[in-house]
Amino acid sequence: MTRENILIKVNNLTKKFGRFTAVDNLSFEVEKGEIFGFLGANGAGKTTVIKILCGILSPSSGDVSVDGFDVYSQTEKIKKNIGYMSQNFSLYEDLSVYENFRFFGGIYGLPRKEIKKRTDYFLKTLGLQDKKDSVISSLPLGWKQKIAFSVAQIHNPKIIFLDEPTSGVDPVTRRQFWDMIYKTAHSGITVFVTTHYMDEAEYCDRISIMDAGKIKAIDTPENLKKLYKENSIEKIFIKLIR
Amino acid sequence: MFSIKTKNISKAYKDVKALKNINLNVKEGEIFGLIGPDGAGKTTLFRILTTLILPDKGRAFVKGYDVVKKYKKIRKIVGYMPGKFSLYQDLSVEENLNFFASIFNTTVSENYETIKDIYSQLEPFKKRLAGRLSGGMKQKLALSCALVHKPEILFLDEPTTGVDAVSRKEFWDILNKIKNTGISIFVSTPYMEEAGLCDRVAFIQKGEILTVDTPKNIKSNFHDTLAAVKADNMYKLITDLRALKAVQAVFRFGKSIHLSFDINVINPDEILSYLKSKEHNNISIKKIDPNMEDCFMKLMKD
Repeated sequence: MTRENILIKVNNLTKKFGRFTAVDNLSFEVEKGEIFGFLGANGAGKTTVIKILCGILSPSSGDVSVDGFDVYSQTEKIKKNIGYMSQNFSLYEDLSVYENFRFFGGIYGLPRKEIKKRTDYFLKTLGLQDKKDSVISSLPLGWKQKIAFSVAQIHNPKIIFLDEPTSGVDPVTRRQFWDMIYKTAHSGITVFVTTHYMDEAEYCDRISIMDAGKIKAIDTPENLKKLYKENSIEKIFIKLIR
Repeated sequence: MFSIKTKNISKAYKDVKALKNINLNVKEGEIFGLIGPDGAGKTTLFRILTTLILPDKGRAFVKGYDVVKKYKKIRKIVGYMPGKFSLYQDLSVEENLNFFASIFNTTVSENYETIKDIYSQLEPFKKRLAGRLSGGMKQKLALSCALVHKPEILFLDEPTTGVDAVSRKEFWDILNKIKNTGISIFVSTPYMEEAGLCDRVAFIQKGEILTVDTPKNIKSNFHDTLAAVKADNMYKLITDLRALKAVQAVFRFGKSIHLSFDINVINPDEILSYLKSKEHNNISIKKIDPNMEDCFMKLMKD
């Protein structure tokens, strides 16, 4: 990795809640344009790390920067440069497709002309031009997730965080969603993704596996399989966490 | 006798048809899986069978009791774990369990044998508030609460959604133990690989049952030839394979691409030379058996 290509830099990150250590001396880096899979057991500390990287939670100690901005002192700059999508929080159900784009574009301070241009581009890519005025709640889950992914990119972020983006969608839609992730990463945007589907871990350029606040393994799926002499990420995951 | 029997069950919410003429027979003592994505109608069927909502049309029986007329009887003999975590977050582990036992006029000690295997893993944390448990532990507590009155049949609505791969595996081991005590289990999941762990499954999509069978039969009814294909440039590989008219489906599965085709129309050698002509390197084409997800996607298309 060349230095200027590093987008996320985490050095000895620790986060404590009272006496409980949620994140324990974590160090890792994420490169520009890479699809980074952030795996782990429930309660391992994944959400805490994501909150810190998004600038909404301060670390207890350690150095963390996102796109060169410091998570202690430059959180507003970080927020302008990241996109975020989760299964639980994504879109306003009672607004139309276009209104959602306009609302989030407005929050990021984009001019109205720019919002319109970006929205047209995304709807065209998704083939959903005729759904522009449909209320979100009337659309199937798979479409909502694709729209949410686009809305999270309205301000052209450097990195996008996807927290279990494919939970519960059907297997075909799940794969279409991953096609979108590939396209996004191809355009140079870094994708930081969590998932409980172990086959999806194989689609990532690199993955980390976290347990009890620590990273147990971090590498490409291929290298991890060689290292642990297993033929699937699921088996490695079970080996490391159990 | 069947533990669950439904005859032409239909249910609509305004103009959304959640269930369309559902006919199912679940045998005594089996683990029966209802497999399908969000919005397929799984939860609606669970709510009808546990007597929480009424069907618009059709009839359903749980352990021989009509879900409309004998709902009080059914409520005494079912254990229900809803998809959304529904325990009291501000009560401790122990308090939740005692509460659910007392609702059914029983005590934890009276039925301790039934919940022992699973509850013993939670006992070290019995004073902890339910809201402060991790996902895997919440799920175990919810299952303990659904079991504490020794039900004849268990309804588990997506018990493993959002749960990590290790806890999911442990959970299925527990379900098999429960099954061995003679309790029938009706369980839903969006994880296709879990379908293979059920005795029989129903695939459900958009309110309709696609098929009902054993996992083994579902796999043997997959009539296309299936191959796992790999090459150096996977991104280009998927595009090139999709351009090939003779193949039926091209989907990414982890580190390879699953390609289904009719062997009478195109054979693996022809596919190989096609990929070579597209300048792919390190091509590998291996015939494989379908997994449950291959089967589901095939049935979705038909």
